[in-house]
Amino acid sequence: MNNPFRLNIEGLERVLVSLQQKGYEVIGPRHTDGVIVYDRIHSIDDLPAGFVDELTPGMYRLTNNGSRQFFGYTLPPQSWKRFLYPPRRELFTFRKDGKSFGLAPKEDQTPAYAFVGVRACELGAISIQDRVFSSGDYRDEAYLSARRRNFIIAVNCSHAAENCFCTSTGNGPKAGAGFDIVLTEIVNEDSHYFVAETGSDVGTSLMEGIGAGRADESDVDAAEETIRKACDTVRKSLDTSDLPKLLADNTDHPQWEDVAKRCLTCGNCTMVCPTCFCSTVEDTTDLTGRIAGRTRTWDSCFTMDFAKVSGGNFRISAKSRYRQWLTHKLSSWVEQFGVSGCVGCGRCITWCPVGIDLTAEVSAIKGGATKQESGGSR
Amino acid sequence: MTDTSIIEKRKGSSLSMVPSLATIRRVIWETDDTYTLLIDPPRGDGRTFAFNAGQFNMIYAFGTGESAISISSDPFRSNFLAHTIHRVGTVTSALSRLRRGDTIGLRGPFGSSWPLEEAVGKDVCIAAGGIGLAPLRPVIYTLLRRREEFGRIMILYGSRSPLDLLYRVELEEWSKAPNTEVIITVDRGDSSWKGHIGVVTSLFSYLKMDTPSTLAMVCGPEVMMKYTCEELERRGLSAGQIYLSMERNMKCGIGLCGHCQFGPKFICKDGPVFRLPQIKDLLDKKEI
Repeated sequence: MNNPFRLNIEGLERVLVSLQQKGYEVIGPRHTDGVIVYDRIHSIDDLPAGFVDELTPGMYRLTNNGSRQFFGYTLPPQSWKRFLYPPRRELFTFRKDGKSFGLAPKEDQTPAYAFVGVRACELGAISIQDRVFSSGDYRDEAYLSARRRNFIIAVNCSHAAENCFCTSTGNGPKAGAGFDIVLTEIVNEDSHYFVAETGSDVGTSLMEGIGAGRADESDVDAAEETIRKACDTVRKSLDTSDLPKLLADNTDHPQWEDVAKRCLTCGNCTMVCPTCFCSTVEDTTDLTGRIAGRTRTWDSCFTMDFAKVSGGNFRISAKSRYRQWLTHKLSSWVEQFGVSGCVGCGRCITWCPVGIDLTAEVSAIKGGATKQESGGSR
Repeated sequence: MTDTSIIEKRKGSSLSMVPSLATIRRVIWETDDTYTLLIDPPRGDGRTFAFNAGQFNMIYAFGTGESAISISSDPFRSNFLAHTIHRVGTVTSALSRLRRGDTIGLRGPFGSSWPLEEAVGKDVCIAAGGIGLAPLRPVIYTLLRRREEFGRIMILYGSRSPLDLLYRVELEEWSKAPNTEVIITVDRGDSSWKGHIGVVTSLFSYLKMDTPSTLAMVCGPEVMMKYTCEELERRGLSAGQIYLSMERNMKCGIGLCGHCQFGPKFICKDGPVFRLPQIKDLLDKKEI
């Protein structure tokens, strides 16, 4: 660790106040309706102290163990995607008055967001979406504008959930890059504080601005011990060696039929995935028929009409839709954007109503993988 | 914190999802269910509307939606655009009700184009099925305009019935161009039909191609393109000499919505025109 700061609880409050004073809309974890959600927070009192989550295939359970730890949960259902890439964005309105037409693009009103509590896997997901929305000839300027104004406080995980496999994808549990400040929370019997490293000049100047002191050697040791322990708690793994080729070569593998019998094609996995980016558009008119609007909304490759054209539907079977999702995420994504689309957060496993675990599906394909030319039996 | 190397502002590369306004000049009914919109191109910024043969526009019908439609006019003539549209869905039905002077929204041009410069000095075989002739029409206009730059031109075209044939007057004109053959077939004839009956691939038996110097451009239903490509390869063309134009559902046209994925390819930005080896493996797979 490179000359980190030590931040006590009041110090974290000063960080939040400072961000608000700088004009950021501060978003962090809150306990709402039995889950953790990322939402607007005003002070450290809003943070979900004591809450811990249990994440297993098809199950999310949140309990309060009475601890003072603010960041003892691992991952809420929704990621930061919904702030940077909102589920609905109005694109324009089109007004018709007799023969005259007016087209009004919708102004981008996204505030400057400060995120508090971004996990290592989520930093990875944000950097993937940065590529998705900027790598082609046409870019999502609203997304990129939100990112340019974005301040990020990451938090290193103190432990992994059962569905976590960030060590396999290389994303965590320690935050590597893409943050302004990263916190490691230390909770002892007699102390509760954070070791804070900075990852940008704005991060450093904010820490200096609130008068944060430097951490000493024992603080740094405690932080490193916390991260080491977190690494040891990651149990799930995904074998990523040759994975893009494995899936590209096994489009006819019998495992796709097998998973299709369990998959409900509900699309939950795509909605909670922090990297899934597919969208559709909705057209509306008002009652007078003179004003039409167009809105972009999140879409899922599991929906029945995702690949439908007027002349037919290219992906009717559940098998083809699950295959499209997993093969895109882990294989064709690499060809398209130079990185895998998976960061090992395990949300798709937690929020699958029938508990389909993509790491198990990959293992099944890998275990019985054969070249298609030779028949693909297993 | 932002990785500025990736998301820095890049000048001139942004194009929003917001269409420009364009005016219908004329609606021509080609068949019972297929019509051509002649459009005055949008000229908001004073530039002419330039496109390459094979590219498409996203055409917006007020309040109804948008459809990806290939451009079927002459790239050399920038004072109007033509889009030949098969009336099958809600958007294409709404567009079919438009009249001269009506306003539409238009975004484009998008996508890859046919390899016209690669075709210089070569024979060109064009194989089209149904509405697949529309995205190839800009190619034919260009080949005939610059006739001396190309070798023999072979146009093979199939439709469901004689009444479904597009551009009938032009087909007749094209067949009179020097060193140009137009061979037409229909799936089902009628009492007036004296021509070929059968699928497009059956027309290759009427041609003796100089295969090493031929470039083929194919557009039609996917099954027609698959068998046409196989037939061309059987007759000695290498896969690299064959180009085809693909269709998928598109919501954005600019590589962001994910709908048009075909394996690792985005049809909207990597295509719609592909050289066969780029997608050959995928064509054989069901529901990709």
